[in-house]
Amino acid sequence: MLKAEVYITLKKTVADPQGLTIKHALESLGYKDLADVRIGKLVIIKLNFKDKIRAEKEINEMCKKLIANPIIEDYHFMIKEE
Amino acid sequence: MKFGVVVFPGSNCDQDCFYVIKDVLRQSVKYIWHKDTDLDGLDCVILPGGFSYGDYLRTGAIARFSPVMKSIADFAEKGGTVIGICNGFQILLEAGLLPGVMLRNRDLHFICSYVYIKTENNDTRFTGLYNAGQILKIPIAHNEGNYYIDAAGLKELRDNNQIVFRYCSATGEVDDQFNPNGALDNIAGIINKKGNVLGMMPHPERSAEKELGSEDGYFIFQSIVKWLKI
Amino acid sequence: MAKDIKNMVKPDVYHSLGLSDKEYQNITKILKRKPTNTELAMFSVEWSEHCGYLCSRKWLKLLPKTGKYKTLIGEDSGGIIIDGLAIIFKMESHNHPSQIEPKQGAATGVGGIIRDIFTAGARPIASLNSLRFGSLSQVYNKYLLSGVVNGIQFYGNCVGVPTVGGEIYFDESYSGNCLVNAMCIGIAKKEKLMRARASGKGNAIMYVGSSTGRDGIGGCSILASHEFKEGEEKRPTVQIGDPFTEKCLIEATLEAINTGYLVGIKDMGAAGLTCCTGEMASAGNSGMDVELRAVPRREENMEPWEIMMSESQERMLVCVKKGKEEQIKKIFLKWDLNASVIGRVTEDGLVTIRDNGKIVAQINAHSLTKAPIYDMPYRKPRYLRKLNKLKLSKIPDSKDYNKVLLKLLAAPSITNKAWVYQQYDHMVQTNTVVLPGSDAAVLRLPATKYGGSASGGKGTNKAIAATCDCNSRYCFLNPYRGAQIAVAEAARNLVCCGAHPAAVTDCLNFGNPKKPESFWQFKNCVEGIADACKSFNVAVVSGNVSFYNESPKSAINPTPAIGMIGILNDINKACSQNFKQEGDAIILLGYCRQDLGASEYLKEIHNLTKGDAPQLDLKLEQAVQKTCLEAIEKGLVNSAHDCSEGGLAVALAECCISNNDKVIGANVNKLNYDMRGDVLLFGESQSRIILSCNKDSVGKLRKIALEFKAPFYVIGKTGGRVLRILNDTEELIYLSLEDLNEEWSGSLKKKIEG
Repeated sequence: MLKAEVYITLKKTVADPQGLTIKHALESLGYKDLADVRIGKLVIIKLNFKDKIRAEKEINEMCKKLIANPIIEDYHFMIKEE
Repeated sequence: MKFGVVVFPGSNCDQDCFYVIKDVLRQSVKYIWHKDTDLDGLDCVILPGGFSYGDYLRTGAIARFSPVMKSIADFAEKGGTVIGICNGFQILLEAGLLPGVMLRNRDLHFICSYVYIKTENNDTRFTGLYNAGQILKIPIAHNEGNYYIDAAGLKELRDNNQIVFRYCSATGEVDDQFNPNGALDNIAGIINKKGNVLGMMPHPERSAEKELGSEDGYFIFQSIVKWLKI
Repeated sequence: MAKDIKNMVKPDVYHSLGLSDKEYQNITKILKRKPTNTELAMFSVEWSEHCGYLCSRKWLKLLPKTGKYKTLIGEDSGGIIIDGLAIIFKMESHNHPSQIEPKQGAATGVGGIIRDIFTAGARPIASLNSLRFGSLSQVYNKYLLSGVVNGIQFYGNCVGVPTVGGEIYFDESYSGNCLVNAMCIGIAKKEKLMRARASGKGNAIMYVGSSTGRDGIGGCSILASHEFKEGEEKRPTVQIGDPFTEKCLIEATLEAINTGYLVGIKDMGAAGLTCCTGEMASAGNSGMDVELRAVPRREENMEPWEIMMSESQERMLVCVKKGKEEQIKKIFLKWDLNASVIGRVTEDGLVTIRDNGKIVAQINAHSLTKAPIYDMPYRKPRYLRKLNKLKLSKIPDSKDYNKVLLKLLAAPSITNKAWVYQQYDHMVQTNTVVLPGSDAAVLRLPATKYGGSASGGKGTNKAIAATCDCNSRYCFLNPYRGAQIAVAEAARNLVCCGAHPAAVTDCLNFGNPKKPESFWQFKNCVEGIADACKSFNVAVVSGNVSFYNESPKSAINPTPAIGMIGILNDINKACSQNFKQEGDAIILLGYCRQDLGASEYLKEIHNLTKGDAPQLDLKLEQAVQKTCLEAIEKGLVNSAHDCSEGGLAVALAECCISNNDKVIGANVNKLNYDMRGDVLLFGESQSRIILSCNKDSVGKLRKIALEFKAPFYVIGKTGGRVLRILNDTEELIYLSLEDLNEEWSGSLKKKIEG
């Protein structure tokens, strides 16, 4: 079994008010020197096969087709053995 | 004139749209289940508001893969009239039938409120009954109405007169302070290049009867009827 | 025959489930043997205060079940019938979960009450909620308020039921135990209503909805039946809401009901499968045999008792006519919902639960669901007598009434709540005719949508109005009268929009019933509600009791929240609270008395919770309400608004500014009372309504008031950009509309978001 961890983040050019709000909240809790906070998503996909090459290909397609919106989101993923 | 209102799992303004077409406009209308692919005999397809698939992953992201969407794409390709309201607009964006994307509202809150929008282009089949620049009082209700498109895309929208509605004040002033959700260029509604697909965030079906507080939205539907008759 | 477990059931086992020694003995008597783990768990939830109403049932019998409109009372909800349409409604609490996890607590509260409505066969058309928190000066209370509002919008907006009204109050007594009471209203053609019962030997018992997990196990019996000791540890027992699934459930259920193949249906709410199996069998005078292996689950290795106690959301139990199972299944599958037959109806009166064939529980349905009734001792709190004394001479009169009014308009319990309700979709379903921000919400009922009949065939022109009300400070200082006032105020709010008060649902929130002072409050409140409802001839068709609302600091104020429905005979006559035009006459119906006690003014300005609840004369209240209603129905009234928290001055200010699009000043120069300025402006005398009307209508209005013997005074005129109030010749208030608006509109947002 393989496990893919897909990280989706907003493109750098897109404003992230949620991230900003969280940054302010952390600062008000006393944390200093915060450079930036961005919000993203983690999607964990468990695959019922062991072929890593097939996994890379299919996960890539899934990201392009559905999981990420290419207009505003970037993605990267890691494939591990379960 | 036959209208079709698409129903996705999680749509919740489908019955409101159906009611407006049937009882207020007195036109023929039917529901289209999202798995149906037969749009024969329809003159106009409405993608209603709501939370299709709970807005999970991204709003409209999953609904765009429903079987009906391929038929709607073909229908639009052939010049059929399509209107996407709120979640419907979001689905059209995800499906690529309209350019751009919706982000979370600037203030990060859901907002349900009457707003004013300006008719920037009254030369479309959706706005033919409005005067140029006419101000409409129509309510919004959404979490993700913050329209975004890149600079090149925005230029194209402007050059082709694809921006149909912009948020404004009660007197028609277009400015950031009257923009409820941070949408780029105060955009509240756009059409595709061909002019047959409209997406708008405000809900015209909620302002089609005086009893509810405004009937400004009625004329969007009536414009469609008028255009289809010719 | 159920096998006994090897170990004796030790007291600490059943104690930890919330069962007393006596209750345990009762159980062994009923079963004639020691209970299995599963049976113990089932009894512990059915006999918990939350599900079994052990302490309250005796007194709830006082509440009237009939009234001027035809009433329907079902197992889990109730309503009235108008023109062939059933209006089903209920209010329920979700206090303890919301204190721990405000977003999900509130969300699941909304989801749960909506399910009670559509399982009765009614399409949910509106939600309201009554919320209470501690002071916003404490960060945790801000977090609670934001979380609860977020939860309500998260669930309500997605599920497509408009949240059209409600109330939010702040008081120290709620710090440590917030209140979240959710109300839902639904509509059905009378013939389509469903009961929560299982009957007919061989009929199928079908489970529909989300799969079962370990959510909320013990939430019911452990959480709701005992006070808070520590907050954090209880987090895992709060359930997570899925409004998308619920929306699909609504559509699938109503479709299924339409087939006519359903015998009964019940929501799996608190205590999940246990309540459903037991209560449906008992209500249908039957039994059922259920196989737990057939229950769809999303966690592994769940024990039978875990499945029976799980509070996973968005699940229902349906009794389907034998032979029709596949047709019903198809409907639920279309909406991607689980639907599996898990058992059959029997005639033996027993709830038999199997795990892979082996019986793990077998209890007589009536015995399981007939929780003991306790007669709790009660005693008037000694501190009340001293607290009720209020000497006006000891309260310094305010020097600057303008400042006081501005401070009251900014007070969280009074201030504009738009920050809250604009996060709720209050327009979906396109029935909301009077939006949040007025005294009550008004919903139309287009015949083409809902059927119903009236002479002529175009359908009903009637509309529904809805409100929730309770001033808990009045109830704390005088439970009986405070509860009566809650009913009177709800009725008054409905009347102000042109509706006839029709029926009530109540959500009774109190402290620990084992403490005699707390129970005295409960008993008196119930008596107050009963007497007031009888006086208004309205039935209490449904309701909920929530006890044990206490934190280590104190019990909450007794809070009997009243949800009331009214009927407008003609939707075109719906009225709202803001002044509509310049030059209108302003009329006061009712008397201004020296009622400073228990007021918001006393609390906000003098930091006192003291005095007695304002006097209430039900005859006077009826006279004022009837006058207002008839005047509105005759089309003579432009606006109507009742006086409540903050008194006359706040009510007048609200009439001036509550419609952002059209603010209009007022010159109230005809008051002439022999009393102090602060008492006149901010005292909370009951039974007062402010009307505005065209100058020429004053005479006709006066005639109506005379007919009903309601006190009637022309107190001023609308117009200008200022609110000015005089008593005789002394100017008490002079404030610009901008100044009023600044305090009233922006305060809540500032206090929460900083």
